[in-house]
Amino acid sequence: MEEKVKNITTDEQQEYVINMGPQHPSTHGVLRLVVSLKGEIVKSVQPHIGYIHRGIEKMCESITYPQIIHLTDRMDYLSAHINNEAVCLTVEKALEVEIPDRIKVIRTIMSELTRIQSHQLWWASFGMDLGGLTCFFYGLRDREKILDIFEETCGSRMIVSYNCPGGLMYDIHPNFQKRVKEFIKYFRKILPEYDQLLSGNVIFHERSKGIGKLTLEDAVSYGITGPSGRASGFSCDVRKHEPYSAYDKIKFKEILFTEGDTYHRYIARIDEMWESMNIIEQLIDNIPEGPYAVKMKPVIKLPEGEYYQRVETARGELGVFIISDGNKSPYRVKFRSPNFVNLSVLNHIAKGFKIADLVAIGGSLDLVIPDIDR
Amino acid sequence: MLFDIVDVNSSPSLSDPWWKVFYDFSSLTHKIDSSLHNAMSQFWTTIAEMLIIGVLILLFYALIGLFLVYAERKVCAFMQNRLGPNRVGPFGIFQTIADLFKLLFKELIPIKNADSFLFNLAPFIVIIASFMAIAAIPFAKGLHAIDLNIGVLYVIAVSAMGVIGVLLAGWSSNNKYSLIGAMRSGAQIVSYELSVGLSIITIVILAGSMQLSEIVEAQRTGWFIFKGHIPAFIAFIVFLVSSTAETNRGPFDLAEAESELTAGYHTEYSGIKFAFFFLAEYINMFIVASIAATVFLGGWMPFNVGHWDGFNHVMDFVPPFVWYIGKTFFVIFIMMWFKWTFPRLRIDQLLTLEWKYLLPINLVNVLIMAFLVLMGWHF
Repeated sequence: MEEKVKNITTDEQQEYVINMGPQHPSTHGVLRLVVSLKGEIVKSVQPHIGYIHRGIEKMCESITYPQIIHLTDRMDYLSAHINNEAVCLTVEKALEVEIPDRIKVIRTIMSELTRIQSHQLWWASFGMDLGGLTCFFYGLRDREKILDIFEETCGSRMIVSYNCPGGLMYDIHPNFQKRVKEFIKYFRKILPEYDQLLSGNVIFHERSKGIGKLTLEDAVSYGITGPSGRASGFSCDVRKHEPYSAYDKIKFKEILFTEGDTYHRYIARIDEMWESMNIIEQLIDNIPEGPYAVKMKPVIKLPEGEYYQRVETARGELGVFIISDGNKSPYRVKFRSPNFVNLSVLNHIAKGFKIADLVAIGGSLDLVIPDIDR
Repeated sequence: MLFDIVDVNSSPSLSDPWWKVFYDFSSLTHKIDSSLHNAMSQFWTTIAEMLIIGVLILLFYALIGLFLVYAERKVCAFMQNRLGPNRVGPFGIFQTIADLFKLLFKELIPIKNADSFLFNLAPFIVIIASFMAIAAIPFAKGLHAIDLNIGVLYVIAVSAMGVIGVLLAGWSSNNKYSLIGAMRSGAQIVSYELSVGLSIITIVILAGSMQLSEIVEAQRTGWFIFKGHIPAFIAFIVFLVSSTAETNRGPFDLAEAESELTAGYHTEYSGIKFAFFFLAEYINMFIVASIAATVFLGGWMPFNVGHWDGFNHVMDFVPPFVWYIGKTFFVIFIMMWFKWTFPRLRIDQLLTLEWKYLLPINLVNVLIMAFLVLMGWHF
């Protein structure tokens, strides 16, 4: 009898808890969200991570620097090239290698292409999260074109591993410039179609405006970077504030909004695609002549010390922190991954909204789960 | 008598050429009826007629279901820059049959802690509801299983019964997603039932009858969507929106909302039981489309324009059944178009749309229509 009395809970304590994931269509991977509901309204979201943890940081301690690059592809697989670049830049910074302009320019073009294809896939899956299934095919159709360019130059489509410490694995394909120009021409015409299909839709506006508002203070204190942070007015573009590769030579706009809701996180990414195309157009005709890689020592050993380099991936700021004890493999590696940090804000901004909004907010944060777990 | 005769203006005699039957099925049904009467007693005739009609409707049901699944996949592929099914048979037309066999052979997974009686009952309720509605639909002149004098009311009432099956499925699955899906579906269908009913009532006022055959016959001089001025057009739009919602199709597919609730109320169903839900969804779409075609677009009536006799003659040459199917598929295509281009609404927006917009519009619309009919201002 006593037990029964204990089990009676008040209305406030009664929660309808559902497990979204680890297998769920809208968590984009093996993320598990424990969602407490009251009817349709989300009371709290608890992300449970670690389902795809591979111990990349630990593995890095036992392999050489050129080998680390191939692991970073597997973190944020949609920003594969940018992750590679981050490690290369850290190693080059530690060794104080002077990188020729040709490499810098090619790296920048590839980074921006990576950013566009990442945003295309995000757009595709975000549309699907909101129930617009056709978006998925439109997004992937255009992404194919970039992947084809990657395939021709890098030999691989998604996990490119095109960088190596001191430069690039191989020179660009003779068709590279022509095909990139063709793509830009094509995509400038096709990107307004994205607006017609999704951004211009009344239902989409209703679903996204004012949903999951993230204030500037919260964005800064949670450390939300990338388009999600910039939609809240947090000027956090590493390309602008701490230019690496060829970003200091080109003119581009940092996309900033102040509203910070799902709609503006969406628009920020669409605008970034336009901006990335501008960047590529500035560079594609001006690839300087020169070697595609600097001659490095056969075994790369970083001098003793701590090195940090940050880059702007498609999702935010990726930091690579290496402690070296002078050996051919690092003593400790730490990646500051944007997705892990961006996920932390989910509970804060999704609280009080409907379960359908949770899916939209999760989609607008553009999470890639292997980058969270590493 | 089950083979009811539609009001026939110029009933063709039995001596007409065989192809005349495509323009008026009543002579054929009469012939079958009288020959059956000659062969057996009244009781057995009724039983035999019921059997024939039952088998025919079952066949039609299965065929339409299979074809609609195929059509949806092709339309969806067309919208999405894809080819769609193209491997099984020419243009993949046997794909859905292959899928059907796959579903038939699949294991029916028993669910732990599920209420197995209700769990097994639910798909049958859903499918029987859609099955019953088909009986009252006039496919062509004289091709009409049962011509009730309250046909419109019957179809609306019966097709709304499906929600019981959906609720049962969600409740008995013992799955949290299913329960949310079922509750959403309940709120949604009960709300949108109002709009469906009211928009049809607008036309019932104009037609002055609830008998489907009479509604069709009243459109001989012009389809109601043209006859009824703007109110009829508004009613048609409202009917399209609310019937899409009533059949749980996108952008109103909240009950199964794939990205939120995995598959909603039928998450736990597998094999042929899942196929029942799947089939019922498509048949429901067919039913609402055929009601839209019957009530607003003239049913099996050909498209005639005033005094263009040559044009009208050509239009009359097309058999009524073809007209009916054509109109129905036109409406179905529009509904598929909705589904594949719009994102999904949220539950509160869905209910807001119904209670704050569609319902007031509809009520005013009914008043305007009643006024028009009273003053005799319609065509």
